[in-house]
Amino acid sequence: MKAKVHVFLKPGVLDVQGKAIEGAVHALGFGGVSGVRVGRMIEFDIAGDDRAKAEAEVKALCDRLLANTVIESYKAELI
Amino acid sequence: MKSAVIVFPGSNCDRDCKVAIERSTGSSVDMVWHQETALPSGLDLIVLPGGFSYGDYLRCGAMASLSPVMAEVKVAAERGVAVVGICNGFQVLCEAGMLPGALLRNEGLKYICKAVTLDVVNAQTRFSSGYAQTREAVMTVGNGEGNFFAGEAELDRIEGEGQVVFRYRDNPNGSARDIAGIVNAKGNVLGLMPHPDRSFEAELGSADGAILFQTALASA
Repeated sequence: MKAKVHVFLKPGVLDVQGKAIEGAVHALGFGGVSGVRVGRMIEFDIAGDDRAKAEAEVKALCDRLLANTVIESYKAELI
Repeated sequence: MKSAVIVFPGSNCDRDCKVAIERSTGSSVDMVWHQETALPSGLDLIVLPGGFSYGDYLRCGAMASLSPVMAEVKVAAERGVAVVGICNGFQVLCEAGMLPGALLRNEGLKYICKAVTLDVVNAQTRFSSGYAQTREAVMTVGNGEGNFFAGEAELDRIEGEGQVVFRYRDNPNGSARDIAGIVNAKGNVLGLMPHPDRSFEAELGSADGAILFQTALASA
């Protein structure tokens, strides 16, 4: 199975990269764009056929390493 | 007196820390590679130095916090050994869950390298009692991600418990409530973004950093 994990800064946590990109977007003339937030996507393969077990492993991995839940939230999907 | 400086791949202030501790306290300093599974015996102080451990991959300090040696640092901290994380070391301590909060990208997006004046808001810790007379210290910051963040309730809690030790007089990076350095609830783990290791002799612009190392080892 393939896991895809999206990690984003939580709402309310200042995203300075997003703000800088938004500034550049406006400079290009796209004045209608707002609320730019930058995250990351992490993709990996996970062995076995047991979907529930894989989901639990992905969640554990997100909580322990892939996201810092003090500042970030994540969404994980198995394909 | 015996100290150790942990060396991660990408640490770049490890030698600075060794020299700073040796010259300001006379303590012997062992350099400990991050893959070690045991620490030297009889340590009074463990320092996690500044730098870019693991190239800041994933998040600053995230990979280093899972290094084999960190399990030993946690055990030592639970035993009461003094642990100081400076700059990247502070980020590692937060990622390891040994200190609350996290360090975000600086508000102005810039890497900031300059001397800053700190108010010593709690001069009763084992790291800061040496500042009880002056209540201030000048040290150099050098970071791109030194913007301390924690939720409002957590900030209230650590302020109420006296865990905030250093505050910026003129906040350079957007840190919540001007926080520059904090201790854990037990008071034996300190993390700070400014570098005492770059401010331990007058020739460096300030000797105030020496007081931190002297105080940490005097209390050991």
